[in-house]
Amino acid sequence: MKKTAFILFLSVFFFVLSTASGWAADNEPYKIGAIVAVTGNASFLGDPQRNTLEMVVDIINEEGGINGRPVELVLYDTESNASRAVTLARRLITRDNVLAVVGPSTSGESMAVIPVVNRAEVPMIAFGASTRIAEPVEERKWVFKVVPGDDLAIRLKYDYMKRNGIDKIAIATASTDYGISGRQHMRELAPEYDIDIVFDDTYGPGETDLTALLTRIRGTEAQAIINWSIGRTQIVITRNWKQLGMTIPLYQSYGFGSARNIEMAEGAAEGVIVPVSRIVIADLIADDDPHAPVVKRYKRLYEERFNEGVSVFGGHAWDAMFQLRDALAEVGPNRSAIREYMENISGFVGNNSIFNRSPQDHVGLDMDAYVMVKVKDGDWAIIDE
Amino acid sequence: MFDTILSGQIIQYLFTGLTIGAIYALTALGFNIIHNVTGIINFAQGDFVVWGGLLMVMFARFFGFPLPVAFFSVVGVMVFIGAFIYYFNIRPIKKPSILTMIMVTIAVSIILQGVAMFIWGKEPYALPSFIEGPPVYVYGAYIMRQSFWVLGISVAMVLFLTFFFNRTLIGKAMRACADDPGAAGLVGISTPLMICAAFMLGSALGAVGGAVITPITLMEYDRGAMIAIKGFGSAILGGLGSFSGAVIAGFMLGILESFATGFVSSAYKDAISLVLILGVLFTKPEGLFGSGANKKA
Amino acid sequence: MTTNTALKVSSFTVFIMILPWVLNLSSATAYYVDVMIFVAIHSIIGCGLSLLLGYAGQISLGQAAFYGIGAYTSGILTVRMDVNPWFAMAAGIFVASAIATAIGIPTLRLRGHYLAMATLGFGMIVFIVFNEYIALTGGPSGFGNIPPLSLMGHPIESSFSFYYLSWLAAIIVLTASLNIVNSRPGRALRSIHDSDKASASLGINVAMAKVKIFVVSGAFGALAGSLYAHYLTFVNPPAFDVFFSLKVLMIVVIGGIGSVWGAVFGAALLNFLPEWLVFLHDFDVLAYGIILLLVVMFSPQGIYGLLAGAAGYFFKFIRKESDHD
Repeated sequence: MKKTAFILFLSVFFFVLSTASGWAADNEPYKIGAIVAVTGNASFLGDPQRNTLEMVVDIINEEGGINGRPVELVLYDTESNASRAVTLARRLITRDNVLAVVGPSTSGESMAVIPVVNRAEVPMIAFGASTRIAEPVEERKWVFKVVPGDDLAIRLKYDYMKRNGIDKIAIATASTDYGISGRQHMRELAPEYDIDIVFDDTYGPGETDLTALLTRIRGTEAQAIINWSIGRTQIVITRNWKQLGMTIPLYQSYGFGSARNIEMAEGAAEGVIVPVSRIVIADLIADDDPHAPVVKRYKRLYEERFNEGVSVFGGHAWDAMFQLRDALAEVGPNRSAIREYMENISGFVGNNSIFNRSPQDHVGLDMDAYVMVKVKDGDWAIIDE
Repeated sequence: MFDTILSGQIIQYLFTGLTIGAIYALTALGFNIIHNVTGIINFAQGDFVVWGGLLMVMFARFFGFPLPVAFFSVVGVMVFIGAFIYYFNIRPIKKPSILTMIMVTIAVSIILQGVAMFIWGKEPYALPSFIEGPPVYVYGAYIMRQSFWVLGISVAMVLFLTFFFNRTLIGKAMRACADDPGAAGLVGISTPLMICAAFMLGSALGAVGGAVITPITLMEYDRGAMIAIKGFGSAILGGLGSFSGAVIAGFMLGILESFATGFVSSAYKDAISLVLILGVLFTKPEGLFGSGANKKA
Repeated sequence: MTTNTALKVSSFTVFIMILPWVLNLSSATAYYVDVMIFVAIHSIIGCGLSLLLGYAGQISLGQAAFYGIGAYTSGILTVRMDVNPWFAMAAGIFVASAIATAIGIPTLRLRGHYLAMATLGFGMIVFIVFNEYIALTGGPSGFGNIPPLSLMGHPIESSFSFYYLSWLAAIIVLTASLNIVNSRPGRALRSIHDSDKASASLGINVAMAKVKIFVVSGAFGALAGSLYAHYLTFVNPPAFDVFFSLKVLMIVVIGGIGSVWGAVFGAALLNFLPEWLVFLHDFDVLAYGIILLLVVMFSPQGIYGLLAGAAGYFFKFIRKESDHD
């Protein structure tokens, strides 16, 4: 009796196993490749991006995958190094045979990887900020971007300054890809807004004390300072600005948009003006804002799962992954069909505002991607016009 | 009007330079202490500064220790780490050539940085000033209160070291080892013990620098290499092995960088200080104030 | 070249020629061809430092500067002045050699830690120039669209073809280095390693010999850099920072200081290690530190020394066994 039961159990077991494995074969996952700077000097970008990518893939799979098939994420760390990014992009394409690549995190790495994906004809959604990543569009057939360009943030700032009677400004930029790109756009756009740049200097990304630079600005006629950097120096300049008791307003780049920066500045950030992406001020957004469902959901899920504040950089990863999900659901596992879908995406609501791409524009965002905010009582406050 | 603005600026640059220079000076002293006793240039010296700063943040902010307790706990932990590095990484090496020692200390530096990343992550950390309060206004310049702490503690460290090496038995024994290890051994001084003491003192000194500067500059795990390069540069400018030279050169380098930022551009200040260091190396390798007494290198 | 070295080099060449075909058998390993390209590039710059370090006993913490000079010269000449990539490569090597001569003469009079500091400072200054001289170098953003090298009108841009090009260059460099080691100047170098004074008394122009080898190491670095630029078709400053100089030093020391072969082993290890340590995520740096420390502490002759030692024992053992018969 016992023996029969055992044999019965065994046969059922094998039956289940065999059907399960048969089912698994039809259920080959969709492979998406990711290359982000988890370590190295751009880790503050890559770290939340890695977290977000893993989270979004889990969400998609919990919802039953795409067309019944799960998504598999193959993620590698570029160590913030462009040549590593190239090697890993090739690895994703030749070894892992992914359908699309998301990342890399920085503009430098993104620029280095572009020829690889163009040659291999694999769609890539880059997280770098530089406008050069998606332009000229004829040379960027397979490349898309989810980050709104620096020029949009600068236009918003200049617009705001003009309305507040500021026309002489000092600009300080870090000598990094991010800083130089911001500086270039600030200089190019200033004449259009009739703004006079009376002071312009750059500093190294490792700078630990910027009082000397601010002291020089104090000797000019500048009515406002724009600092364009990311990472530590934006905190350093904020603290030094307060310590020197400077009265002219300090504008930061959108990279300042993280609650941790306010905390690190220890009260010095009061009054700092920043254009930020909506994810930074998710709690302040009205419920009837079209972005509210996405932005609030991302913030809630991320903070529950990782127990750390959400950042604008992770938001890029969210947007890219959900765009890919929509593409795969619509066109299936075909690289050129995915590219076509990405190129014509419209009305997609993401953390970076609403995307409307076209064959002439592989970003698809406008000035609405940013909101001007001011630091008030240790938190962000939307500047009401 | 113009004059007051300019003099205010100059005082501002001077104090900024002195504050940064103090850290270069402390780091350079750390290099010299270990170099004099062992002939080793410890490339992990900058990481001691980083660890000092991060431990201070941990003790003072997260454990809520009172400042003096936190400060001495930091020094205590770093003394232990210094001894640990000596016993497990330096002592086991059988044929210590200069090249081997450079490689070992570079490896130690990479490991310290990796462990710091493991413990504290990659974000910078802030620390409140030792005594809170608005900056002091002096002749058109705003001086942070913490700057006085940095300068005061640096001067105190220099005085302490002078006393230590000239008046205490262990200090004199360390100097004896530096001058002639063979003879020191004959009179019963244990060279390994003295080398260990040098590592303990060197790492404690770096940690003190890190603990006092963090309220001004913040601190994160990967700052060590840059601090080490500037500190090493100061040690060489001042003449490798010379304590007074290291202190003067450290302050000089800090002030030079600050004025370079003020009157040229922040972007080139590192290049300016490096060119100065190379210029001195090529023309006067015994250092700006040295008399060629040091033949160890 | 002795017959023994000739044998080693030719069997290594055969191995390298066959390798991609083996790797391509499985899609799991096909991508290692790409990794091997970096092994070749890093072997070239490693050989240069190996000569300097292992044979002349002179440290350099600034090799990334030559790598960068080669890459930027190639990039700037081809992109901005439309120069043929092969000429650009030659120009890069020439510029790097000229700079190495100018820097080498004052620098190599220094010794030990002073030399370490001087080369470190040199590397950092060159890095600052790459970063700040925006009009020429594109600044921190770097620049792209560098044309690939081409042979009789066929661009060498696929992994497969670039693999053979880079290894051709690496094997030429390796052979040249082995020749230098075994030549009269090579023997002079080794005597420098032992003692400056002794070499001088033997009538060797110590200063000149050191500078020459420094120039050779610079030229190798520039060749590697130029290959890098034409392979990636993009250059930006972070690839040429102090940490790359440290990486080259690690390649040579971990691989084995005693032989230029060590550079090849070191380059292979440091490029394949991250592939295998992917699961460590952030902490692979820690693993490098520990490996470096262990090698320096317990196997000063590096991986190559370890392997050569093991092989030596093995052959001795075999010979002994056959003696018994």
